[in-house]
Amino acid sequence: MSEPILKGRGLIKRYGRVTALDRCDFDLMPGEILAVIGDNGAGKSTLIKAISGAVTPEEGEIWMNGKKVHFTSPSDAREAGIETVYQTLAMSPALSIADNMFMGREIRKPGIMGKVFRQLDRPAMEKFARQKLSDLGLMTIQNINQAVETLSGGQRQGVAVARAAAFGSKVIILDEPTAALGVKESRRVLELIQDVKSRGIPIILISHNMPHVFEVADRIHIHRLGRRLCVINPKDYTMSDAVAFMTGAKEPPTEELAA
Amino acid sequence: MSDNVTTDKYESASNREDKLAEFEVHKRGMFGNVQHWLHLTPAAVPLIVLIASILIFGALIGDRFFSPFALTLVLQQVQIVGIVAAAQSLIILTAGIDLSVGAITVFSSVIMGQLTFRYGMPPSLAILCGLIFGTLCGTLNGFLVSRIKLPPFIVTLGTWQIILASNYLYSANETIRAQEIETHAPLLQLMGTKFQLGGAIFTLGVIFMIALMIVLAWVLRHTAWGRHVYAVGDDPEAAQLSGVNVKATLLSVYALAGLICAFAGWALIGRIGSVSPTSAYEANIESITAVVIGGISLFGGRGSILGALFGALIVGVFSLGLRLLGADAQWTYFFIGVLIIAAVAVDQWIRKVSA
Repeated sequence: MSEPILKGRGLIKRYGRVTALDRCDFDLMPGEILAVIGDNGAGKSTLIKAISGAVTPEEGEIWMNGKKVHFTSPSDAREAGIETVYQTLAMSPALSIADNMFMGREIRKPGIMGKVFRQLDRPAMEKFARQKLSDLGLMTIQNINQAVETLSGGQRQGVAVARAAAFGSKVIILDEPTAALGVKESRRVLELIQDVKSRGIPIILISHNMPHVFEVADRIHIHRLGRRLCVINPKDYTMSDAVAFMTGAKEPPTEELAA
Repeated sequence: MSDNVTTDKYESASNREDKLAEFEVHKRGMFGNVQHWLHLTPAAVPLIVLIASILIFGALIGDRFFSPFALTLVLQQVQIVGIVAAAQSLIILTAGIDLSVGAITVFSSVIMGQLTFRYGMPPSLAILCGLIFGTLCGTLNGFLVSRIKLPPFIVTLGTWQIILASNYLYSANETIRAQEIETHAPLLQLMGTKFQLGGAIFTLGVIFMIALMIVLAWVLRHTAWGRHVYAVGDDPEAAQLSGVNVKATLLSVYALAGLICAFAGWALIGRIGSVSPTSAYEANIESITAVVIGGISLFGGRGSILGALFGALIVGVFSLGLRLLGADAQWTYFFIGVLIIAAVAVDQWIRKVSA
């Protein structure tokens, strides 16, 4: 078994009297799609937020490529190459596709206009955004300056995934990427996930949709009561097994070496 | 088996490019087209209203109104509100509101005057201190809003009273007369300097207001900071998650608004000649009016700052036009009220644009 690209050990996070993460462990292998499933309130979202820097765990350590990291904000994680597509998409609806893709990491014009007047290099940003969207075979966008709120749900999701794929050099985290989508649009996002994987970037996929999870995941991390219950290989178990582990109806396999 | 599934997925992934979603251009109809265009150019509505109101009053009143002199008089009358509206626009774009702008404006002007006349400070230094003071007031608002996380309405409702009361206490309600300023510290009245172009009369304050609006419009559109202001107003949580430093952006916006108000205080001395602690008390409500009529959404993240300039000018055109028509001054307020409601209705309609 190779060294995990991202590794969490003994993560603890409490909200008042609720322990959202209870000595939680976590491993992501290079190049894989790891699905994280769990019942509502199991602490999946907190785990993801801890990895993406939106939440700082009180205790525990996170290693990336064997090096210890400490994220205190989403920007920290982004600088380390971890991009997250949040369930809410985290986009500003009134701003354009290009503006949203570059939010927080804008490109400035070269020379005096950029250095002194800090002018944005719009043409460069638009070109990059357009290229990334078509790279992913995503959309033939006619107007990259279109406000995000004028896009359909699937198109917005596509832009959010494209943003993550464009900048996520190490890890991409997708939180419920198909929850709000129709059948056709979900299909497109799943294809997109495969596309990203084929580029060698590992993906963490949080989802409630078992068919989607079993279709794309290489390994499934089952989260229960704030910690990792077990990791299973989707080839060895059925969806109802997974649900049974997740809800506690069935004892988890003792030691699973799925890779 | 699962490998097969995966390969299939790759194939379908690579084959699907041609058939994939386009951004369909479907027919919107003329009404829809107008709505869409307004969505892209939010300052268009107030500009159209401004031009229409100038034309209507011009037609009703004739040359007395439709002259370079009268039209530039409108500019002079709205300059203070216009400058303050620039500050107010920045705050409202972040989905906040600033009720303390008028108080900051007048206290800054009082500080500039009192430092010069009470302590004999050189006017240039006194002006600098006034500007710093305004910035500090804004920073205090920004700190309370961004760090302590109090609602902007409450914060500025409080600082409005605090600053205004301090202003009266500090100045002892004392006005510094125009002649005194003219002989001893003409620099304080610099913004009131007039120059003539044909029949049109401009003051430095007017030029400052227009230049400020243009610079801010450019900054909001073409710098990362400007985009962040919109993003924070649109959805602060989303902005935070996509890597915007929301706290710092808010703090900088409130501080800058304070600085702009202090400049308005300087322009105020130029406009009225004297330094009076009772002036500009209505600037907060008037600036909010200008911003709303200018089509900037009170919910944040939408609108153009140039709209606020047009909004201030609309108010100016109505008050001068109605006065020249000999109407009761209350009619001005009547129509301003109508405009405010109409502007918000139009804003709601434009927001509904989708796909």
